[in-house]
Amino acid sequence: MAPPKDLRRSFKRRPISDQQRRRELSLLRQAHNRNDAQQRARNLASSVISFQPASPESEPELELPSEPEPEPGFESVPSSSLDVRQASRLRGPEVRKWFARQLMLPEWMIDVPDGLSEDWPTGKRCFVVSSNGTTVSRLRNGSILHHFPSALPGGARTKGASGPAQSYCILDCIFHESDQTYYVIDMICWRGYSLYDCTAEFRFFWLNSKLSETGACGPPSFYHKFRFNTVPVYNCDQSGLFSAYTGSVPYVKDGLLFYNKHAHYHTGTTPLVLVWKDEKCSQYVIDTDSKGEVPNQQHVVLELQDDGKLVTSDDPPVVFGCLDADFVKQSELSSGSLLRFSIGNGGLSCVDGRLENADLQYLGKTNRARAFADSYSKIMFQYIARHSPLKIDDLAASVISHDTEENKAPEVEMTG
Amino acid sequence: MAMEITQFLLAAQSADARVRTDAEGSLRQFQEQNLPQFLVSLSFELANSEKPAESRRLAGILLKNSLDAKDAAMKDHLVKQWITIDTAIKSQIKDLLLRTIGSSAPEARHTSAQVIAKVASIEIPLKQWPELIGSLLNNMTQQGSPAPLKQSTLETLGYVCEEISHQDLVQDEVNSVLTAVVQGMNQSENNAEVRLAATRALYNALEFAQTNFENEMERNYIMKVVCETALAKEAEIRQAAFECLVSIASTYYEVLEPYMETLFQLTSNAVKGDEENVALQAIEFWSSICDEEIELQEFDNPDSGDSSPPHSSFIEKALPHLVPMLLETLLKQEEDQDQGDDAWNIAMAGGTCLGLVARTVGDAIVPLVMPFVEENIRKPNWRSREAATYAFGSVIEGPTVDKLAPMVSAGLEFLLSATKDENNHVRDTTAWTLSRIFEFLHSPASGFSVISPENLPKVMAVLVEAINDVPNVAEKVCGAVYNLAQGYEDAGASSSLLSPYLTEIIKHLLAAAERTDGADSKLRSAAYETLNEVVRCSNLVESSNIIAQLLPVIMTKLGQTMELQVVSTEDCEKQADIQASLCGVLQVIIQKLSSTDETKPVIMQNADQIMVLFLRVFGCHRSSVHEEAMLAIGALAYATGPEFAKYMSELFKYLQMGLQNFEEYQVCAITVGVVGDICRALDDKILPFCDQIMALLIQNLQSEALHRSVKPPIFSCFGDIALAIGAHFERYVAPALQIMQGAAQVCAQMDTSDEELMDYANQLRRSIFEAYSGILQGFKDEKAELMLPYAQHLLQFIELVSRDAQRDESVTKAAVAAMGDLADALGHNTKPRSS
Repeated sequence: MAPPKDLRRSFKRRPISDQQRRRELSLLRQAHNRNDAQQRARNLASSVISFQPASPESEPELELPSEPEPEPGFESVPSSSLDVRQASRLRGPEVRKWFARQLMLPEWMIDVPDGLSEDWPTGKRCFVVSSNGTTVSRLRNGSILHHFPSALPGGARTKGASGPAQSYCILDCIFHESDQTYYVIDMICWRGYSLYDCTAEFRFFWLNSKLSETGACGPPSFYHKFRFNTVPVYNCDQSGLFSAYTGSVPYVKDGLLFYNKHAHYHTGTTPLVLVWKDEKCSQYVIDTDSKGEVPNQQHVVLELQDDGKLVTSDDPPVVFGCLDADFVKQSELSSGSLLRFSIGNGGLSCVDGRLENADLQYLGKTNRARAFADSYSKIMFQYIARHSPLKIDDLAASVISHDTEENKAPEVEMTG
Repeated sequence: MAMEITQFLLAAQSADARVRTDAEGSLRQFQEQNLPQFLVSLSFELANSEKPAESRRLAGILLKNSLDAKDAAMKDHLVKQWITIDTAIKSQIKDLLLRTIGSSAPEARHTSAQVIAKVASIEIPLKQWPELIGSLLNNMTQQGSPAPLKQSTLETLGYVCEEISHQDLVQDEVNSVLTAVVQGMNQSENNAEVRLAATRALYNALEFAQTNFENEMERNYIMKVVCETALAKEAEIRQAAFECLVSIASTYYEVLEPYMETLFQLTSNAVKGDEENVALQAIEFWSSICDEEIELQEFDNPDSGDSSPPHSSFIEKALPHLVPMLLETLLKQEEDQDQGDDAWNIAMAGGTCLGLVARTVGDAIVPLVMPFVEENIRKPNWRSREAATYAFGSVIEGPTVDKLAPMVSAGLEFLLSATKDENNHVRDTTAWTLSRIFEFLHSPASGFSVISPENLPKVMAVLVEAINDVPNVAEKVCGAVYNLAQGYEDAGASSSLLSPYLTEIIKHLLAAAERTDGADSKLRSAAYETLNEVVRCSNLVESSNIIAQLLPVIMTKLGQTMELQVVSTEDCEKQADIQASLCGVLQVIIQKLSSTDETKPVIMQNADQIMVLFLRVFGCHRSSVHEEAMLAIGALAYATGPEFAKYMSELFKYLQMGLQNFEEYQVCAITVGVVGDICRALDDKILPFCDQIMALLIQNLQSEALHRSVKPPIFSCFGDIALAIGAHFERYVAPALQIMQGAAQVCAQMDTSDEELMDYANQLRRSIFEAYSGILQGFKDEKAELMLPYAQHLLQFIELVSRDAQRDESVTKAAVAAMGDLADALGHNTKPRSS
């Protein structure tokens, strides 16, 4: 049909009316309020947890005086602001640093919180990124483990199947040498959609439904060099915990991982994901040295700050000690160096849950491939494991007490 | 067969109300008892040349009304009704109609042409009247067809083309129709009536001619005939031909190049010398070309790396001739053009076109317009001064700020003084030009403004004084103040610049709103709308006292409207109008003051009285709920929070009325939004009202009579209610979810090529996800398992939506949120289902 013949109104005659504007502004306010209300409802669950940091000692006030120094060459581009494709243009050490920053690192469990659990295979923790027809896995320190074709979206140069060129995926995996399988422990990005902001519960759901669709769980082939697999996730009630602890899996277990099901993917160390292990579910309860032997004394890696303070990798960092300026100069150390220490017989002493004193003995600089200092919770876990370990019975007891305390569905439950 | 109904048809037009009502009743009874017979009888009446003109006329109207209605639901009903009528009876009716277009009575011919088109609009898409086009064309080709038959046949063809879509005809039919129509325009063979009908038919058939316009020979032929017709000696035919050219300009822009020189000559001559109606169409031709080029420019992808313009640049090429032609039109003002609301004349059309040209070519227009401005703006003749000012104001949008800023800065002083020109028209246009300058060249938020702290005092003094000018000028001045204030919205520290003048501006705006010397209510409404913008854009910290003082003033005024004498419907409309303006101001004040904790108490202290006023406004109007009052109530609920509960018992019946107002669907939509506001304010205290609210909302969703734009807000409102009442939503789950699933299915079946429909689909999907989110969140603490049976559907819906490439980002966000809420609420229950 021909366009309507209505007369063009003179733009000089346009009446002043903001009625439509008032309606739109009202709609805008309503949409905004609706969003707020729904968001509040969503947050209620996580605020009820009001997570006690795994170690109550690590209250921020402890290290208020030590403002963390920005890392040279990195802070100019905050890692969080780069997406994976921008990051793919980074080169050399930059790219290693970017990837190292993207992993969510569990805190070590030294006290029993509420959470979720899943098995934690032994192997190399890595990021697997598929994009532009290839797949790359990178270790925790950012260095490349494998470069290979995979059935992940965008993971191989095949027609069709892998989807549009811009689709890329980032998975948080553990590469298990003995069966040459990538065990996917989390999904960060799928077909270009970021899942950073989604809860753990949702990510596991998505992971399980999407991964099998792609055929990535199938046996290796020309276009799919390594098999992918998911790890079993259990509800953290009594039976779930028991299954996770005793259940047989095709890989060598290295502890249990507890997720808070409402947690978003969080780069760096987070109290919303906790790792726990004992002799039964891990060969490596107590850290070994490079020769695979358990040293007599606990080793820790700390980062040197330019005021001589020795700190953990936490944000904010926890101060474990201090080196005097002469020693720093003499040993040719510089700010940012990662240093290895052993904990002497003086041990760690805590007063009111706060670290008071650490008997540190300097061993030397660490291997260059290492990206981070130890986290506070890791050090504490190792220390407790050597002295008074947290046992599976303690965890089970806590789960039972939760089951009986809350007859209705508990706000915080371990799930999977 | 056919009943004798002439008497009833005549009686139904009787001056005697009793006779009329009786006859109408009889006709309605006949229609209800035997529709096919009723329609046949009407067709006989219309076809019978021995019947009186009056009964034939009404028969035609009743026939038309049995096939088409303005209301979409009603139309749908009529179409279905027609389809079910026996084929033999329909054939009989159609034969009678086709016979009538050969009648000797022009009115009966005209009416049957319209009715045929209505039948065609139903049957041609269904391929149920394949012989129509052939039999019409036969009238045209048959040797010795009388001219009246040809004329009515062409008219019928035009109406049919207007009713159907070009996909409904095969190309052969299109070719024959176009051939018949274009031949009908031939001057040597046909009389004026036939040519006029043919030219008007071509206007409707142009849309069908795509294939023909692609063929150079056919296109040349059509263009030649149209251009010849544009020179016909009958003005009416020339006007119709120019209307065709306007339509061709927008439909076939891409192929116009070879004809542009001819078209420029034709239009230019018409603009300069033809009768006004023809000249207006000639100007419209250029406005349409501008529309096309502006649209192409806006959709042009600047990344394509191609520096050539996205169109043929007809405007740019014609610029040196086009601009002087348009400037000349500006001098043809009418004496009283600023009085009437819908005055439209050559000067206005020319100015409007000049504004479009400026938007099309940008900077290039400035050197062509400025000499005219400079030459005329000080002339003793008011027409010269007004035209110069109008020209200046017209080119304010389009050219770059860099180009405009120096000349506007230089001219501002002059314009300010021209607000005191002796001539009303000049002052009117001056105020309008100032308003345009503030709209486009005053944006402190983005770093540029022709207003500086130095000239602001002068500007304000001039504006405040000019608000007292005659009503038409005062209204334009309000526009200038509106745009001036708008510039300071979100302007950070700059918004303080306005603060010292607030009291004075408000005082003058209130005075202007009170004036009674205007012929209509335009000044009052402009003054209040401007007041709104001034309040909205003010710096709250510095102006909170002033706004707090304004509040009781507006409340008093609103209270006074209840005392107005209301006798006639006109009085009632006037009262509603003033109340609308005042409720609007109250809404803006409530929203402004409740935005900070420091100023919110002002609203809380006055909430009771404000609410009483709104309820009284509702009470003034029996038939409908006052839209602006409802909108303001939403803002009040947000401001007062849980306190709002005490108003519910009084307010509730108006909420119900609003929710049932399908006719004014905006009112219904606003009421739905207000229900959401109240849910958030009251939380579970809304519970006692929920049964009735939910019943109405579900009823609304099921109704075909309710405008579709209201439906998405209703789904969102489900979410609001569920979130407010939590587990109590249980009783509504089954019906609510059923209807959500139904709507999700409708989304899946929508025509994805229709942009407007996809827009709607996106709104609908987002709102369904919002409903899911609210319900899942509301249930998650105690009754999450109730949602288990619906989880599968939600997941399927999410999957379906995720496969659609056209969904917009807000839909994705809502889908992801709903999915997260599903996982959150159902927790471990989701797991086994997905693995």
